[in-house]
Amino acid sequence: MMSFEKIKKGVLAGIWFIFLTFPIMVIRVNTVENIIEWRWINMLYAGVGGFFLSIIWDELLRKQEANKNKAVTGEMPILQRMMENPSVRLPSIIGLVIFVCAFPYIFSMYQTNIMISALIYIMLGLGLNIVVGLAGLLDLGYVAFYAVGAYSYALLNMHFGVNFWVALPIGAALGAICGMILGYPVLRLKGDYLAIVTLGFGEIIRLVLENWNAFSQGPSGIANIPRPAIPGIEFSLSQATVFIYFMMILLVIFTIFMVHRLENSRIGRAWIALREDEIACQAMGIDKTKTKLTAFSLGATWAGMAGVVFAAKTTFINPASFTIWESVMILCIVVIGGMGSIAGVIVGALFLILVPEYLRAFSEYRMLVFGAVLVIMMVFRPGGLIANVRKTYQFKSSEI
Amino acid sequence: MFAKPINLKVQKFKFMKSILNVEKITMRFGGLKALDNLDLEVNEGEIVALIGPNGAGKTTFFNCITGIYPPTAGNVLIAPPGQSSQRINGLKPNEVTERGMARTFQNIRLFGSMSVLENVMIGRHCRLKSGIASAIFRPRSTVEEEKQLIKDSYEVLEKIGLSKYVNELAMNLPYGAQRRLEIARAMATDPFLLLLDEPAAGMNPHETKELDDLIVWIRDNENISILLIEHDMKLVMSLSDKIFVMDYGKKIAEGTPEQIKSNPIVIKAYLGEDADA
Repeated sequence: MMSFEKIKKGVLAGIWFIFLTFPIMVIRVNTVENIIEWRWINMLYAGVGGFFLSIIWDELLRKQEANKNKAVTGEMPILQRMMENPSVRLPSIIGLVIFVCAFPYIFSMYQTNIMISALIYIMLGLGLNIVVGLAGLLDLGYVAFYAVGAYSYALLNMHFGVNFWVALPIGAALGAICGMILGYPVLRLKGDYLAIVTLGFGEIIRLVLENWNAFSQGPSGIANIPRPAIPGIEFSLSQATVFIYFMMILLVIFTIFMVHRLENSRIGRAWIALREDEIACQAMGIDKTKTKLTAFSLGATWAGMAGVVFAAKTTFINPASFTIWESVMILCIVVIGGMGSIAGVIVGALFLILVPEYLRAFSEYRMLVFGAVLVIMMVFRPGGLIANVRKTYQFKSSEI
Repeated sequence: MFAKPINLKVQKFKFMKSILNVEKITMRFGGLKALDNLDLEVNEGEIVALIGPNGAGKTTFFNCITGIYPPTAGNVLIAPPGQSSQRINGLKPNEVTERGMARTFQNIRLFGSMSVLENVMIGRHCRLKSGIASAIFRPRSTVEEEKQLIKDSYEVLEKIGLSKYVNELAMNLPYGAQRRLEIARAMATDPFLLLLDEPAAGMNPHETKELDDLIVWIRDNENISILLIEHDMKLVMSLSDKIFVMDYGKKIAEGTPEQIKSNPIVIKAYLGEDADA
C-alpha cells in the first residue's frame, strides 16, 4: 500500500530537513575552546524524522480529503452528540463541577493563578466571539477594550477610591461605549479593511496610555491596585487568589449564560444573518447600523469586565500588557477553538493559555510549537477544535 | 387552476389605486446614466413586469427603489393600502422593507448556514421588537413572541410549499427551492408589494410553471401586488397585467402583453434593426 512515490517523497523531505536543520543541529561552535563540533548523529535524526513526518502528513491529508464530504451535511461532531445523551451528560457535568470547585484546593497557588488567567481569556474569547464568530466582523483591536476596562478600574481607584465591585460594571459600560465609538466609523468597512482599522484603534489606545503621562502614568503603569475584597474580611494572598478564582468562575458562567441567550435571540439571528449576507440582511429589514453597533458594544462589554478583573488580579498594570499580541492571542482562541461556538472558545482558551504555561520547561521552543500547532490546526481542523455546528431551531409540527 | 388574471382584477379591485409611483427617476454612476428619467407605476393587485435586454438597468432600478442606491434624481412614492402616499428616496433598505416593499435577488442571496425556517424568521425581524434586555431576561412576552414567530414563519413556508424542508440548511436546498425560499423570506416581511428579480432564472419549464402559479396565487390570496424582472417571455406574457420595457436606462414602451408583443420598438430593442425583415 505504501507506494514508491510516497517513499520517494518521504526521502526527499528527509533530505530537505537535513539541509534545513544542518546549521543549527549539526554544527556547533564551541566558543570557549574555539573549535567546531560536528554532531553528525543529529543529521541522522533529522533525516529519519523528516521522512516519517512527511509520510504521516500525507496520510493525514488523505484522510482529511476523505472526510470532507461528510462535513458538509451538517452532522454533529461526536462530542456534541455524546453531550446530547443524558446518561453521559449528567455525570460529566457533575464531574466538571467537582473538579472546578476542588481545583484551588488540590493544586498550588501558582496553578490557580494560571487558571485565573485562562478564565479571563475565556471571557475575552467569548466576547470577541460575538464580534468575530457571530457577526463576522474581524476585529484586531479587541485588546483596546480590555485596556479600557483595566485602566478604568486602576484610575478610578487611584483618584476616587472606587472599589472593585463598583468598578466592574463601570468597566463593562465604558468598554461598551468604546465599542460603539470604534463601531461607528467602521460601519461601512468589511473584512480586511475592517481588520486594519480596528488594529489601528487598538494601537491608538495603547499609545495614548503609553504617552499621556498625566493621565495614565505612562509606561511605568499603575501599581497597588487593590484586589477584590468583601468588606470586613481580611484575605491573605492565597485566600485572595482562591476568591478571585471562584469569582472568575462565576463571571465566566454569567458570560456563557448571557452569550448563549443573546445568540439564540432575535438579535443573535440578526448577527448571523449579517455575517452570512450583508445586503440581503438589510433588504430583509434588519438595520445594519444598529446590529453592527450592538455586536461591537456587547463584545467590548466583556473585554471591559475582564480588564477590571485583570487589573485587580495582577494589582499592577501598564500599557505593555495590552499590545497587539494580546489581540492576536484572543483571536487565535476564537479561531482555534471554533468560531461561533461557546464550547470551542472555552477549549481554545484553556489550550492556548495552559499549554504554553506548562511548556515553560521548553520555553525556547514555545513559539515554535505554537506556530506549528496553528499550522496543523488550520490544515486539519479549519473549523476549530470544536467546530461550531450551530443548533438551528428544530421545528416540530406538534408545536402549532 | 387559476382564473384569468385580467378578469380577477376587475372583480376584486373596483378602484384601482396606485401603490408604487416612480417619477422621472435617474441614476448616474459617474458619467454613466444607468437610469434615465424613468417613470413606472404599479396599481394595487397588479402583476407588473419590467423587461429589457441585458444591461438595460432593470436591477439598478430595483436597487434604486429599494434603497440600496440612493437615486440621483426623481421621486419614488409609495402608498401602502390604507395609508397616504409617501416619498421613500434615500431611505435605507431596511426602512423601505419596513414600509412594505420586499424584494428577492437575481443571484440568490440566502443565509446559507441558517435553516430554512430561520431564513424566514429573519424576514419577520422588522415586525418584531424584542431588544437586548428581553434577549437576556427572556420575559413572557418575548417567549410568546418567539413562539408566534415560529408559527408565522412555518405558515409562510407551508404557503410557498417549502414546509418539507423546514429544518434543512438553506444552502443544501435544490435550486428551485432556494428561489422559492427567497420569495418566502420576502413574504415574511409582510409586504404590500413584492419585487422579484428574475425569479425564474435557471428554472426548468416545470418549475417555471409552478412559479407562475405561485405568483398568481400570492397576488390573489395574500393581497400582495407584484413587480417582477424576468427574461422568460412566456412567463411574462402569461402573467403580467402590464409590462414596462427598458433599454439603455430609458423606458421604451409600456402596455398590456398584447400591445408589447406587437410593439415595433420593443422588437427592435430585442432583436436588432432588421427584426421585421
